[in-house]
Amino acid sequence: MSSAPITLSRSRSIAARFRAGDEFAYTLTLVCAASIFLVTCLLVYQLWIGANLSRHQFGWDFIFTSTWDPAREIYGAVPFMFGTVVTATVALFISVPIGLGAAIFLSEMALPSISDTLTFLIELLAAVPSVIYGLLGIFLLVPVLEKTVVPLLKSTLGFLPIFSGAFYGVSLFSASIVLSIMIVPFIISVSREVLLAVPVDQREAALSLGATKWETTSQVVVPYAKRGIYGSIFLALARALGETMAVTMVVGNVPKVQASLLAPGDSIASVIANQFTEATSDLYVSALIELGLVLFAITIIINGLARLLILTTGAKVAK
Amino acid sequence: MLSPRRKIVNALMLSLTGVCTVFIVGVLFIILGYLFWNGARYLSIDFFTKLPVPIGESGGGMANAIVGSGKLLLLATLIGVPFGFLGGVYLAEFGTGPFPSMVRYMTDLLNGVPSIVIGIFAYSVLVRPMHHFSTLAGGLALGVMMVPIALRTTEEFLRGVPQSLREGAMALGASKARTIATVVIPAAFKGILSGMLLDLARVAGETAPLLFTSLGNNFWSSGWDKPTAALPVMIYQYATSPYDDWHRQAWAAGFVLLALVLAVNVVARLVLARASHAA
Repeated sequence: MSSAPITLSRSRSIAARFRAGDEFAYTLTLVCAASIFLVTCLLVYQLWIGANLSRHQFGWDFIFTSTWDPAREIYGAVPFMFGTVVTATVALFISVPIGLGAAIFLSEMALPSISDTLTFLIELLAAVPSVIYGLLGIFLLVPVLEKTVVPLLKSTLGFLPIFSGAFYGVSLFSASIVLSIMIVPFIISVSREVLLAVPVDQREAALSLGATKWETTSQVVVPYAKRGIYGSIFLALARALGETMAVTMVVGNVPKVQASLLAPGDSIASVIANQFTEATSDLYVSALIELGLVLFAITIIINGLARLLILTTGAKVAK
Repeated sequence: MLSPRRKIVNALMLSLTGVCTVFIVGVLFIILGYLFWNGARYLSIDFFTKLPVPIGESGGGMANAIVGSGKLLLLATLIGVPFGFLGGVYLAEFGTGPFPSMVRYMTDLLNGVPSIVIGIFAYSVLVRPMHHFSTLAGGLALGVMMVPIALRTTEEFLRGVPQSLREGAMALGASKARTIATVVIPAAFKGILSGMLLDLARVAGETAPLLFTSLGNNFWSSGWDKPTAALPVMIYQYATSPYDDWHRQAWAAGFVLLALVLAVNVVARLVLARASHAA
């Protein structure tokens, strides 16, 4: 259909055909859409090439070595992978129950107008730049943790290895808390959407069988939306894994693997942010780029899983 | 009959969900309140008009960082909006076969790439070949980050335009390109514009991709190929410094940045909500 005017205008001048413009518009927009491919491929290529030196020097040992010593030119990713995974996991432990609770309230309990207003406010939380979270982490959260939360934790759960040792304010724990606040809006807004998409007759059927509101929610509505909720959690996880600024400002930037959450640590994104401009040797820069490659691979996998889960729920709900 | 236990569990769990909601909204208000209270205390006219002062002197401002952020965002818009917008037009109006869904998949993938990795990308393609940090590299990093959302928003709003409008224009003899340019895009314009503004607000607060692209600068940037200061980077550097004067400046900068980002978000989201009600 789009080619019809073109064939008719064959006898017209080039300028006239250009003005009709269908072919031109098609090509132009196609090129722009295809540029996404170009950029993504170029991105992977640059990471791969940039990491060349380090890949050849260390091979697979890179992700199994727990020493990071620029002075001796020994680079291993373990302390950073550890910090990234630990902070993201602890953040999920905090934000999933709270986020899910809030999502249930917003979809099942609150009046639609109140629910919409609260969701609007909560989504604003997601718009706050991460450097602002870092700023608040340093000056608001860390002092509160030092004065009240950590002494309380140590006096009650201090016998656990994860809460042992001295606390200097900056730590894996502080980073986890900041992350949990940053990712909770994603969990709430996506989970609320999938809960709202659960058909009303599912709820009515359960209620008519004598289930209470809570039983209906926990045994019918939530299981129905399960995959979508997992999807929201994976999305939040991907974001937590890649988060840079807020983490680097409160995590302590110590490349060590330590059992205690109260000890300072580091994460992949954070070490890149911190050391990239200071990296003096080519191998140093290359090792940091390889860390970027590792981070890229991790987030791609997690994101892919999340989209798959949300897509399959969407299809199920639409039927 | 409902056993007392079931009644209690019901009431308890349902109120817990309410507590979760109140908690999150409470956190939001604490964050906003604390930041605005601190920021407003340390904000002055100097902040907008003066350059940063050396360590030890008090006063000074971040005029260069405000202008720097503006330049970076201008570059980001020039890169991100045309590619995202036209790519979105392709997906909504021309896309057939398996190619569009591959583009969509790639877009989501790119959107999920951590911002620090985008920073490495801009470093590799611009900073390393040019041998110095530049405003251009920072703008490229932010621009690449804008493309995925610009593309998907454009597609979404163009799809919302009723098919009958397209058919009407074509029945009057307009070519497809003309139909899109004069009928379809104007009908979706408000939504697309709001989406782009949200996109811009998102990258306005990005710090990580600027750290080793536009770097930072204590003075006015002397050109597009030179390093420049930017508000988010200044917040990071000042907040992590040991000086009280700098901390105060960081609060003021945080206040300005957050006020801008939230203002754009509120306005754009209200416009979007109205647009989707009308549709």
